[in-house]
Amino acid sequence: MSFIKPKFRHPRLPTNALGFTVADYDGAISTLCAGCGHDSISAAIRNACFKSALEPHRIAKVSGIGCSSKMPTYFLGRSHGFNSVHGRMPSVATGASLANRNLTYIGVSGDGDTASIGMGQFIHLIRRNVNMTYIVANNGCYGLTKGQDSATADLGSVSKGGAANPFDGIDLASLAVLQGASFVARSFSGDKDQLEPLIRAAMAHDGFAFIDVVSPCVTFNNHAGSTRSYGSTRDHLDAMPVDFVPVREEIRAEYAEGTSHAVTLHDGSVIHLLKADAGYAADDRTGALTAIRSAQQDRRILTGLLFLDPNSRDLNDTLELASRPLNELGKDELCPGSKMLDSINEGLR
Amino acid sequence: MPCNFCILSATAMDSGCALTKTSLGMDVYRRTLDSWFMRGVELKPTNTGDPEYFHKVVDCQYACPAHTPVPQYIRLIAQQRYSDAYLVNWESNVFPGILGRTCDRPCEPACRRGRVEEEPVAICRLKRVAADFKDDITPRLPKAGPGNGKKIALIGGGPASLTVARDLAPLGYELHLYDAQAKGGGFMRSEIPSFRLPEKVLDEEIGYVLDMGIKARFDTYVDSMQAILDKHYDAVFVGSGAPRGRNLPDLSGRDTADANVHIGLDWLANVAFEHVKTIGKRVIVLGGGNTAMDCCRTSRRLGGQDVKVIVRSPFEDMKASPWEKEDALHEGIPIIDNHVPRTFVIEDGKLTGMTFEKVKPVYDKDGHRELVPTGEEPAFYPCDDVLIAIGQQNAFPWIERSTGVNFDAHGLPVLNKVTLQSTRPDVFFGGDAAFGPENIITAVAQGHQAAISIDLYCTGKDLTARPAPDVTLVSQKMGIHEWSYDSAPTEDLRLTVPLADLDRALEDRKLEVELGFDLDAAFVEAERCLNCDVQTVFTADTCIECDACTDICPTSCINFIANGPEDDLRTRLAVPAIEPEQALYVSGPLETGRVMVKDEDVCLHCGLCAERCPTAAWDMMRFTYSVTKATPNLMEVG
Repeated sequence: MSFIKPKFRHPRLPTNALGFTVADYDGAISTLCAGCGHDSISAAIRNACFKSALEPHRIAKVSGIGCSSKMPTYFLGRSHGFNSVHGRMPSVATGASLANRNLTYIGVSGDGDTASIGMGQFIHLIRRNVNMTYIVANNGCYGLTKGQDSATADLGSVSKGGAANPFDGIDLASLAVLQGASFVARSFSGDKDQLEPLIRAAMAHDGFAFIDVVSPCVTFNNHAGSTRSYGSTRDHLDAMPVDFVPVREEIRAEYAEGTSHAVTLHDGSVIHLLKADAGYAADDRTGALTAIRSAQQDRRILTGLLFLDPNSRDLNDTLELASRPLNELGKDELCPGSKMLDSINEGLR
Repeated sequence: MPCNFCILSATAMDSGCALTKTSLGMDVYRRTLDSWFMRGVELKPTNTGDPEYFHKVVDCQYACPAHTPVPQYIRLIAQQRYSDAYLVNWESNVFPGILGRTCDRPCEPACRRGRVEEEPVAICRLKRVAADFKDDITPRLPKAGPGNGKKIALIGGGPASLTVARDLAPLGYELHLYDAQAKGGGFMRSEIPSFRLPEKVLDEEIGYVLDMGIKARFDTYVDSMQAILDKHYDAVFVGSGAPRGRNLPDLSGRDTADANVHIGLDWLANVAFEHVKTIGKRVIVLGGGNTAMDCCRTSRRLGGQDVKVIVRSPFEDMKASPWEKEDALHEGIPIIDNHVPRTFVIEDGKLTGMTFEKVKPVYDKDGHRELVPTGEEPAFYPCDDVLIAIGQQNAFPWIERSTGVNFDAHGLPVLNKVTLQSTRPDVFFGGDAAFGPENIITAVAQGHQAAISIDLYCTGKDLTARPAPDVTLVSQKMGIHEWSYDSAPTEDLRLTVPLADLDRALEDRKLEVELGFDLDAAFVEAERCLNCDVQTVFTADTCIECDACTDICPTSCINFIANGPEDDLRTRLAVPAIEPEQALYVSGPLETGRVMVKDEDVCLHCGLCAERCPTAAWDMMRFTYSVTKATPNLMEVG
């Protein structure tokens, strides 16, 4: 078993605008099971950060507990990170985002960490519109404790032990749309062509960006009868192709009239919803809920950008906090002195 | 509608094909009935059943004319199994100790390591390690077989003839080896100076062959092919080399200066057999090949103090191996390039120096070089002796044209390139005698083929029915994630071989300059080998397309993409595959309709793809490829 990834890289690896190669966004070698969907998500995050030319030291990774929450070790080895208590990553992320609004926050969680123990925190993260990307690696089971059904497991999905799940699963994407999230997407770990642009768009979005990623548990939930296996997910996938064009790039791709629907983000970058889904209105909250629901009824897994509010205001703006991070504020700004106090008091008389 | 050309058909377009830019709204279909018959454009799954596919992946072995299994013996060295490493070499190239010091090393520029870091593995010097540190291997060498009643004559005692002898002796052939010199080895003995190749090493390895019951006739110059044929041999092998050094007969002053102008090849032989023991203080060596390097370095050891190499071509274009040029420079010998010899300058009937015309290289758009005079004054260099080492030629004055052995316009024998059979069915050629001057390892490779031909000929079989190579492919899996080889590439840089003290080396012509690796260094260097013979073998049927291999691959070799014509596929990989010599490994169609495409170019053979594969669709399998010899299974090394 290898514990170290060899240092040699392809001598002709492409570089991004910062002169980095994708290898500069690598983390430690994964200790997850071979073939775990989570590793694909790690690679998609790595590729997305590389393609968007983010500086690794301007990114912070936050996570809770679980297979999913081990992931941040396996990408962005030169970024900040905080591995928090089970289900409490939202608190940490909220605090971090308030303290330093200039970092890009990537939260990684799982179906247990979000939909069970962390549900109370997750909901408030949405409500407050904390500026971060929140990725749920959703495999429908508790892989770290040998594959029990999780709260997101589909009704009737057969566990490795052979029992069909008697409960309806929590659909995190619907929940996020319903709760007022400003960016909601769903994807599949085995579809990087879609997942990478979604992550890039989520990181560019000003506010809370939620991506529910179907990520098969190769050890405990990849058998016949499971609705979250590689095979079953591919069979039922209804993917909306997505392209992401960041603000500083020219639009190179050409889309024929009526085949794409462009959504412009706050910072000027553009998400293209492609092909047959051109008619999909990503800014229609009710429409999004209907589309997700109708896909579920047809046993289709609808993936792509489900909802986006381009005019979202994140927590820092809502609370009208300082425009600069705390660590950039000096003593005089943080403690303006008695004269300032006097003038405030004067204003209240 | 299909465009009747390729595998795609499309709606909303007049045609849809690989050359048509796809656009949104265009529905592209693959594998429709219409396009089914047009599949030729798509890359077919790689046929790994063809031994040459995986053979080509082992770049070093593929580049070696004798196809020595390099990674295999390097692993044996790392395992401290020096005798086994030696015998793996011996089976393939017959002269591991000699080649470990003198080989032209076509393997090293081919080494994959050189494509992922600065320097290739020091393959050649590891071969020497096997020879230096082996135990007595004589009990493990094959013996002459019981006589089969056939007699073969071998003309010339160099590497080609000795290889033929080694391959045929176990089959019971009676082998008569003729050579004009007092000992065997040919140019290996006469041309390569002792400070590069000690006599002891030569005697040992030539002895292994001669001890297989070879009837050697030394000090016997064959001056008539007819006389040999009259002895009724069942076959004759000509391995007489390219013995004639080129001269500069038309240069002004050449005849008058003759006492101090020597042909490099002859002079080196005279030094080797101790007919010549000194040379003048000021020496000019003409030529830019390895013989010129041997001449100048030998001169330094025979009393030459001001020794220069003067060569027509630019330094970079010289034929000498880069390391031999380095060795000459290290011994204080300047190499003066872009100088064309014009006259031998004579004063009072004695050579005093040479004049040269200065030139510069001009390359046309096809890369052809022309040396154009710069118009400067000719340069004069004083000297006491001149050594001419500007090439060598084949010469067969001893083969009567009436024997039925035909020669072409260049004086080379007319041969079948595969069987090495001449126009007279019972006469075969190999080594420099066959196609002009090459090198030892090429002579050995041709010796193997000539031995096969001679055996087929003597047993009345079809010479063109060549034996297939012996190939195996075995999984190296030892546990869930364990391999039987050191899969993790080390990061050590190439080690340099220590040299003997320069002053001492220049005093003693026979003192070997290169000291060879010690065992610690040999281990570090051996571990640099990437084990390219442990192949990444892919099974499309079991792949679930989880991307684990693509994500982990350190060198971004593995891709899951839509199939297409090769040129197009090469541009669509994660890192475009721009080396056409390096193959693409393409799978059959997977569940999603895509194919796995692996660019073999910079694969580290680290096994991570197979470790991270949940379904064992990837496996690391050791591939062995052995050129079948006249005597199969000459060696058993586990």
